[in-house]
Amino acid sequence: MRMSQKDSFVKFEKVDKSYDGEILVVKDLNLDVPKGEFLTMLGPSGSGKTTVLMMLAGFETPTSGEIYLDGNPISSIPPNKRGIGMVFQNYALFPHMTVKENLAFPLEVRKMQKSEIDEKVGNALAMVELQDFGNRMPLQLSGGQQQRVALARSLVFEPRLVLMDEPLGALDKNLREQMQYEIKHIHEKIGITVVYVTHDQSEALTMSNRIAVFNDGKIQQISSPDILYEKPNSSFVAQFIGENNQLKGKVKSINGENCIVTTESGDDIHALKINVNNNGDGSLVSLRPERVAINSSENFENNFDAKVKELIYLGDHIRSRVEVCGNDQFIVKIPNSYKEANLKEGSTVKLSWKASDSRALDLN
Amino acid sequence: MNQSQTSTGPILTTDGIPLKVSLKKAERINKIRAFLLVLPLLAFILITFLVPIGDMLARSVDDRQINTVFPKTFEVYKKWDRQGLPSEEVYKTMFFELKNSEGYAVGKASTRMNYSKSGWKSLLKKSKRKFKKIEEGPFKEKMIATDKKWADPEYWLALGQMVDPTTMGYYLNAVDLKYDSSKNIVQQKENRRIYNKTWIKTFKVSLLVTLFCLLLGYPISYLLATLPMKYSNLLMICVLLPFWTSLLVRTVAWMVMLQQKGVLNNLLVMSNLIADENRFQLMYNQTAVVIVMTQILLPFMVLPLYSVMKTISPTYMRAALNLGASPMHAFYKIYMPNSVPGVSAGCLLVFIIAIGYYITPELVGGKDGQMVGNWIAYHLKTTLNWGLCASLGAILLAMMTVLYWAYNKIVGIENIKLG
Ligand SMILES: Nc1ncnc2c1ncn2[C@@H]1O[C@H](COP(=O)(O)OP(=O)(O)O)[C@@H](O)[C@H]1O
Ligand SMILES: [Mg+2]
Repeated sequence: MRMSQKDSFVKFEKVDKSYDGEILVVKDLNLDVPKGEFLTMLGPSGSGKTTVLMMLAGFETPTSGEIYLDGNPISSIPPNKRGIGMVFQNYALFPHMTVKENLAFPLEVRKMQKSEIDEKVGNALAMVELQDFGNRMPLQLSGGQQQRVALARSLVFEPRLVLMDEPLGALDKNLREQMQYEIKHIHEKIGITVVYVTHDQSEALTMSNRIAVFNDGKIQQISSPDILYEKPNSSFVAQFIGENNQLKGKVKSINGENCIVTTESGDDIHALKINVNNNGDGSLVSLRPERVAINSSENFENNFDAKVKELIYLGDHIRSRVEVCGNDQFIVKIPNSYKEANLKEGSTVKLSWKASDSRALDLN
Repeated sequence: MNQSQTSTGPILTTDGIPLKVSLKKAERINKIRAFLLVLPLLAFILITFLVPIGDMLARSVDDRQINTVFPKTFEVYKKWDRQGLPSEEVYKTMFFELKNSEGYAVGKASTRMNYSKSGWKSLLKKSKRKFKKIEEGPFKEKMIATDKKWADPEYWLALGQMVDPTTMGYYLNAVDLKYDSSKNIVQQKENRRIYNKTWIKTFKVSLLVTLFCLLLGYPISYLLATLPMKYSNLLMICVLLPFWTSLLVRTVAWMVMLQQKGVLNNLLVMSNLIADENRFQLMYNQTAVVIVMTQILLPFMVLPLYSVMKTISPTYMRAALNLGASPMHAFYKIYMPNSVPGVSAGCLLVFIIAIGYYITPELVGGKDGQMVGNWIAYHLKTTLNWGLCASLGAILLAMMTVLYWAYNKIVGIENIKLG
């Protein structure tokens, strides 16, 4: 699975980081990012994402381990010599400079010709569709426009790598979605390597080639969005990404790829053995709501009676909270079709799902 | 016309009252409340600040002291053609008014008359005593007999400056000019030119103090603003410590430090850096004033600087580095421009306080270190020339206003930030 040194443009090798000498906020981080990839680091706040980014940008030094850029160790290179673009969380546009001056700044420090600077600034403004705003001050722009200026500024000097630390965190929902597409677009167009940080899982899913899920200073799982969603390999990842039903129990038996988990209510669940090893281990069985069939005639391994507790009408589908296997927070998504039209709160229904859709994961 | 009025006419509320009127009514009660809240302070400022300043401005041009003691003399004096000596009538009126007036009032008037022509004061004092024996005329001859000065036209011409109830004399005096006996503006005599030198010195000292405060205050403020809270609080206390010590105690401490046999010189001599006979003259001169005032006024620079720097996000510097600027370049291009509001606030504050400073130059300045404030105090307490005090003060006030105005033109007053 590990890529060769040549393939990896950015490489973290056994990187640890501690601020206070007591707690490791990044623990034994190994990460390879190939050229041109859009990699997202996703995790709850405080999980060490920003710290990783800061080490890459050169504002923090790893306590141990080494970071390589294009095959060269970069620990001894100061931040202004790394040539890495960065979009900061609150944009960090220089308030005393116009938009154009902000964009020209990285070019001026590189001692470029005036004409060349003008051309590049013009192109960068065109890229983010802000041609008419070059002479405004940053504070005269809306949040979304400031965001785009920050993006343009991080790209205008044609860095090999751009880092973005929750760049859309301050925008409202519509604008955020629009900007997600624009960033994705620009990435595809210029083929730059992007390391993106967010705590918003839907943002990570829409934008990335690969997602590294962080928790507690460690990468829990790193893979493409679909694998991450379909095949989480720990209960943290399953919980953190998408909606997820969890049934708590103990492993009763293991049979190759599969296993049986018995819940406290005494029900046996057939599941894939993912993250459990021995009989008697505690386990959380994870199951996506849309993979549960209701009153289906098909013959799945898992069949249980469930009591409908609550129905929430959501137009195209109905979200239904049911009690099954001793869990009354179990969610089922029911398509709003003629079949289920007469579903009622308090009624009993039959739920079924495949063993291959339920994943027996660790217990935390 | 009518139509356009209806289409662009005032917006009405649902009750049919124009929106603006309605809004005004709703706001009025708030305005009254706001006014009542500031009323005590307003009254306080009016009584303790604006009225005295008005009084000072009035005093700086007021010239009625003599008119109250010698009103009739001035009536007849005005008829005089200013050739030769005045007529017997003038002498006679002057004689009786001087003889019959209170000694105290004569003292005040003669002080003023002395500003126009020195000699008047002693003349009046002496004459008042001698006039007691004189009962009848001719007054001109008898007065001249008591003192030859009465026959000097210079004295009589000098009175002409005081005919008007107002005078620019004090202002002229404050910049080393004066009226000559025919009311032309001329320079003071060489040995009496002191104020222009003092003005220049005052400006020089204030500028130097401002400059040193900035040079010393900027790095410490930067450190304060960027250090983690637990260190910066401690440092802040050190910076503010001088505020908690009496000004006099601090100044005296400096005297102990800086005098020729003081701590600093002793240390230098002891460590063989200077010879015993080459001790630095650090006390009772301008150097001392600049050193001590810099120390005293430093907090006034640090506080506005700190509060502005505190608001400069550290990510600006990071962004600049990230974009390829060297730390020096980033500091110069990004950090410094953003700290300008604090720099200007601090400089303006320190300069304004420095230019009117009094106590430090008084104690450590010696003869060489006296500033305008010291002359004001001197005339206020010693010579009782309040007109000159007022004009010196008014010039200071005018300078500050000009400075403030220029600052507003160049930097913009909204760019000032104290926190
Ligand atoms: N400059 C710092 N000094 C000390 N601790 C820090 C510093 N920056 C971050 N931390 C700590 O490191 C941990 C990870 O922080 P961070 O990398 O910012 O997480 P994230 O970006 O995922 O929210 C947090 O517990 C945070 O308190
Ligand atoms: Mg963060």
